[in-house]
Amino acid sequence: MDRRDFLLRKIVFALVTLAIVVTLNFFLFRVLPGDPIRAVIGRNIRISTETQAALRAQFGLDKPIFPDQFIDTLGQWARGNLGISWSLRQPVSDVLISKLGNTFLLLTLGQIFSIILGTALGLLAGWKRKTSVDVGALTFSLVAWAMPTFWLGIILLAAGSAWFGLPTGGIVSPENVGKPLYQVLPDLARHLVLPTLTLTILYLGEYMLIMRSSVLEVLSEDYILTAKAKGLSDWQVLRQHALKNAMLPLVTLIAINLGFTVSGAIYVETVFSYDGLGKLFQTALVKQDFPLLQGAFLLLAVTVIIANMIADILYLYLDPRVKTS
Amino acid sequence: MSRRWIILKRNLLNFWHAFRRNRMGLFGAFLVFSALFVAFFAPFLSPYQPNETIRDANGRGLTFAPPSVHPPLGTDDAGRDIWSQLVYGARISLAVGFLAGFIAMFIGSTLGILAGYFGSWIDNLLMRTTDILLVIPDLPLMLILVATLRRLELHISPIVILVLVIGLLYWTTTARLIRSQVLSLKERQFVARSRAIGAGYFHIIRKHIVPQILPLVVANTVLIISVAILIESGLAFLGLGDPTRPSWGTMLNFAFDRNAISNGAWWVYLPPGLAIVWVSLGCVLLGNVLEEMLNPRLTSHHLEGEALMVARRPIEPSTQEKP
Repeated sequence: MDRRDFLLRKIVFALVTLAIVVTLNFFLFRVLPGDPIRAVIGRNIRISTETQAALRAQFGLDKPIFPDQFIDTLGQWARGNLGISWSLRQPVSDVLISKLGNTFLLLTLGQIFSIILGTALGLLAGWKRKTSVDVGALTFSLVAWAMPTFWLGIILLAAGSAWFGLPTGGIVSPENVGKPLYQVLPDLARHLVLPTLTLTILYLGEYMLIMRSSVLEVLSEDYILTAKAKGLSDWQVLRQHALKNAMLPLVTLIAINLGFTVSGAIYVETVFSYDGLGKLFQTALVKQDFPLLQGAFLLLAVTVIIANMIADILYLYLDPRVKTS
Repeated sequence: MSRRWIILKRNLLNFWHAFRRNRMGLFGAFLVFSALFVAFFAPFLSPYQPNETIRDANGRGLTFAPPSVHPPLGTDDAGRDIWSQLVYGARISLAVGFLAGFIAMFIGSTLGILAGYFGSWIDNLLMRTTDILLVIPDLPLMLILVATLRRLELHISPIVILVLVIGLLYWTTTARLIRSQVLSLKERQFVARSRAIGAGYFHIIRKHIVPQILPLVVANTVLIISVAILIESGLAFLGLGDPTRPSWGTMLNFAFDRNAISNGAWWVYLPPGLAIVWVSLGCVLLGNVLEEMLNPRLTSHHLEGEALMVARRPIEPSTQEKP
């Protein structure tokens, strides 16, 4: 199997997955009791049956669900029309876009810190294998894994607000809403400390473990022995030879973990009332706002699927050893 | 006593002797079994009913009372005893975790055996399905599934919905693990011999494959249970639990929604989280140790089972050496 086949295969896989997600999303929504039209007009009884029928015809709800309505909905989704949120009475796509930036900011910060710390600690643990550093790192990742994300958030929230006076939620303080970004930057940073810390601890363990096992694998390679034989210091061996190759699995892990990252965002944003996609998802869940739920799910799933595809392809170019799956 | 029983007993004893020396495994087992004990004897261990409001001498509810002798772990916003809720919550959390774990284990090992043994399109279908399930973000998927199932008014308990959704989504790692084991098992001598003397696939799977992978399945189930308990706590925290029968996650949902944090009532939100860590850590430790101990047996220990099947048993080493 050559490179082109590999690419083609990955793209087809992503497309099939997307098709499944879209179909699932459509039918889950349609299986719900109640008439979509009723949901849109609310409990307004004064709308006559004729008007309702007209509305139904206008939205194509008088046609069979499959294939007419299905294809129609797909067309709508492709054009970015995800329906109207029941609770917010706004187009779902507008709501989603308005929260996207906040979530992106939080997740990026969490990822950056956890990658830097995780790489450093994993490297150290792998290098100093079977010492107290290594055991400590392993214990930490085990306990962090066994801890529910939201509970870690709650503890950090309680401790951070009580002992360090950090804000308990939101993105900026109420008095700073609407001011230009450069003025609220210190306030924003203060609000970001706790959610970022929670996400960092959450992601840290896995990066550390992957880096550790990756370092262990690389250190057993012949070229490391050669490097040592050349008389390079430990640090030089580590930095010039081990690190670069050990980093490889990490690159794909970032993308493959995006699904996990998204779960973290839902919990952390809920705990810290952080105004992003995750908090939106939770609110939609509590208010049973199905169009919003479906739209958010579609956005998250599509993003994760595409990111995975890109990661697979990227890995092919980063690691010349990868030939086929 | 049948020969099979003697072998089983010896294997279990051997296992126990090895396990006894593993401190990590013992610690994990202690965490898991102590939680099971508490859940089982909940009525005897709880001084109050979990949903009962404790009142002071004037008949007012004791809201957010700190830990003392009575009540031992303090009370929540409605004056309910935290310890009693914790003890009864163990039943829900553990039940969801174990049931969902068993469902996932059953689906995963069945599909894994079928795919590994028969290969071809079954294998292809399984691998592609697991690939797809791995890519779709799991928490959002579970949230919309649970939300839809709750909305459908099927008159099934929210707890059952959680069990089903978690169990039906978390079989993929088990399936892949079992599949790879079966792939290597079916190439082994004793399976080939069995096939040569005319054994059917059902017989081979039942007599040779299943007994060999069973230990691994057990170890893997323990690991899945820890995942299931963590997932349940998360879904319940997001408000998808049964408010009338609170699990540990539901308790944390109540604590968060009803301002236990701003009231400084650490006794309301710390214990349920610690309980979750207690059980999930226990399961991970136990599961990892079991897997470590039981996995090598797959490669070295199949002769015991084979002796029952093959007509001519290998000559004992002691008799062989004698001239």
